Amino acid sequence: MKLDIVISGVGGQGSVLASRVLASAGMGLGLDVRTSEVIGMAQREGSVTSQVRLGEKLYGATIPDHEADILLGFELAETVRAVPKLKPGGAIIASASAIVPVSVQLGISSYDQKAMQQYLREQPGRVVLLDLEELAKKAGHPKTGNVIILGALSTLPGLPFEPEQLLQAVLSYIPEKLQNTNKRAFEVGRQSMEVA
Amino acid sequence: MTLKLLMGNEAIAYGAVEAGVQVASAYPGTPSSEILSTLAGLALEKGFYAEWSVNEKVALEVAAGAAYAGARALAAMKQVGLNVASDPLMSLAYIGVKGGLVLVVADDPGPHSSQTEQDTRLFARFAKLPVLDPATPREAKEMTRYAFELSEKLLLPVILRPTTRTCHACQDVEIQDTTAVPQPVSGFQRSPNWVIFPNLSARKHVWLNGQQEVARESFENSPFNQLTINEQSDVGIIACGVSYNYVMEALQLTGLEASVLKIGTPYPLPAGPVLQLLQHAKKILVVEEQEPVVEDQVIALAWKTRSTAQISGKYDRLVAREGELNVNKVRAILENFCGRQPHSIEAAVPPELPLRTPVLCAGCSHRASFYILKEAARGKDTLFAGDIGCYTLGAMPPLNTTDTCLCMGASVSIAAGLSRVEPHRQQVAFLGDSTFFHSGIPGLINAVHNGANITLVILDNSTTAMTGHQPHPGLNRTAMGPTDQSINIARMVEACGVEFVRVADPFDLKAALQVAKDALAFAGPAVVIMQRECVAQINKGRHRRINPDLCTECGACIDELGCPAIGKPAGQPEILENCFGCGFCNQVCPVGAIEEV
Repeated sequence: MKLDIVISGVGGQGSVLASRVLASAGMGLGLDVRTSEVIGMAQREGSVTSQVRLGEKLYGATIPDHEADILLGFELAETVRAVPKLKPGGAIIASASAIVPVSVQLGISSYDQKAMQQYLREQPGRVVLLDLEELAKKAGHPKTGNVIILGALSTLPGLPFEPEQLLQAVLSYIPEKLQNTNKRAFEVGRQSMEVA
Repeated sequence: MTLKLLMGNEAIAYGAVEAGVQVASAYPGTPSSEILSTLAGLALEKGFYAEWSVNEKVALEVAAGAAYAGARALAAMKQVGLNVASDPLMSLAYIGVKGGLVLVVADDPGPHSSQTEQDTRLFARFAKLPVLDPATPREAKEMTRYAFELSEKLLLPVILRPTTRTCHACQDVEIQDTTAVPQPVSGFQRSPNWVIFPNLSARKHVWLNGQQEVARESFENSPFNQLTINEQSDVGIIACGVSYNYVMEALQLTGLEASVLKIGTPYPLPAGPVLQLLQHAKKILVVEEQEPVVEDQVIALAWKTRSTAQISGKYDRLVAREGELNVNKVRAILENFCGRQPHSIEAAVPPELPLRTPVLCAGCSHRASFYILKEAARGKDTLFAGDIGCYTLGAMPPLNTTDTCLCMGASVSIAAGLSRVEPHRQQVAFLGDSTFFHSGIPGLINAVHNGANITLVILDNSTTAMTGHQPHPGLNRTAMGPTDQSINIARMVEACGVEFVRVADPFDLKAALQVAKDALAFAGPAVVIMQRECVAQINKGRHRRINPDLCTECGACIDELGCPAIGKPAGQPEILENCFGCGFCNQVCPVGAIEEV
């Protein structure tokens, strides 16, 4: 058994928490786990990538290019940026909306949202683009995008853990007063996959 | 034993606790910072002392003092921090220690968040100190425990050198449920051997050279080095630290066969396992990041033993000397080395991606300070010397207020140097509060004493922000808890002899701009302290909005500030959800169109 997951987004979106949740869910099953992040200045609104590896015998913490089984994207362009990590036919669950960087406001670079979505839809594996902002409103908290995507992930076939196990791993990282909001977010993520 | 998901840096901290560390010190720096933050969190409960020191030199000296008295001590820093600590380090190798002293130096090949890609293994060799290079968080913890024992055996500091991919990787790591009982400290014993006179150094140098062989012997049967002979192959691979992971995974992916020697003790390199591999393999490939530290020693061993094996690595440019390795790079290296067709995957060309470099947070007071200094200097030919911290981002557009950045504390001295040859230009230097204490003070004293005509702006946000909000001597808290021994920056600056010292609030544009103009007009060193707490440390203020009836779409708010909370999602400037409510943009707007919600 081997499961490599790449999580891409913008600093501050909760990708580190998502990677810890996945790793602890894997640990609960007695699997070897690794995560890798670049921490520091990149977190200031920069591109961030987390990598999670679960398996029977693991070496390094970083996933080779074209080897990840699943790509979770918290932001549209950052999902496109991480596609080279994904194996041919790997699954993508990502936010359809953009966080436009300052460089675009200043006219230094450009952001073509339609072209990004189109490119993702043309990938050979299963691709689900979610209206994450709308779903977060449904969950009742703007910062639950990461848990919504984990909920969506839990519906994919072939995962080593049951949805309930992943939810428990989520809740183990969440303070008491936000438990219900995050349970709801996880469920909203699961439901979003039924209609997608 | 409990299994816990630990980051490499946390694993190192737990290793030190299990070894009974009594004193721990550090200055923060990516990727090393979480080592001491974890230790500080455990210190009271486990009964040891931890401190954020003012800089790395001081951190190492504090740890050395504790080890002189027989305590187990740990000092942690990033690789460029070791440059600051190199003075005590080089001498400490001659003097030696009594209690175990482990110096953790986190390297950053890439580099991801550093000024250099220097290799601490090479520094260890230069200082004549043993160095351990962990491949995983689990191994980092085991090595930390072992490093204390080795240090006490050799009476030398031992360096543990993890890299970013171990420091910031998480793994399932076993930790002990019971707390180690620290050894009773034998106490400092007076002896001429603690006083480094030249005649002592001459004797100790001979001793130090002899200890290299003792260290090498200690590594001969170390579990951190592992040789796996593959009888089917005449290829041998020697891999050091995290490179071992990449080699093993690349072998799996390619199906290539090779004997593999994993090295966890790169200096001094044990001869036994290398000679065994040299006897078996005809072709040797050494895979290590950065400098050929292992490769050089392997070549020397092969030469001495008249081995005919072909040795490849850095010198035939198969393995890059710059940047980070990864599985893909190592795979290509192996395929090249074994004469196999390189593996490639065809992929559709993605659409053009937007640049997303880090920017100052929405509501960051540094943005206001940079804007104010630029405004104050308008019409004057001005150079801006920057320094290390979040505020290095002042170099990015549209702020463009950082013309130089070299190393911690350099801004004030670089500005002073520039002023000697370009007196017709205004020289402005920026320093963060933590950087001021770290190494900015000597430069300021120097500027005062030698009469340099510069303006120093201290960006005081009451924290060490970039590395994760560690305290510094200007604050009323230490690593262990609250203190009333905080040092006032303005009084410190006055005590350095500066005649023009003003404190300003960067979010009060009018008043702060006047202060900045006065400082620039002052002949001789002038200091402005821009005081505002880091936004990551405080609660949000009142959200702003742009009144569309008043906005002329001049673009000043976007083009002057580059704030991530101002955008044009629908074509006109708008304040976005992530507004922090700092209230600076409404002072910059020329028509007063930005208002509180």
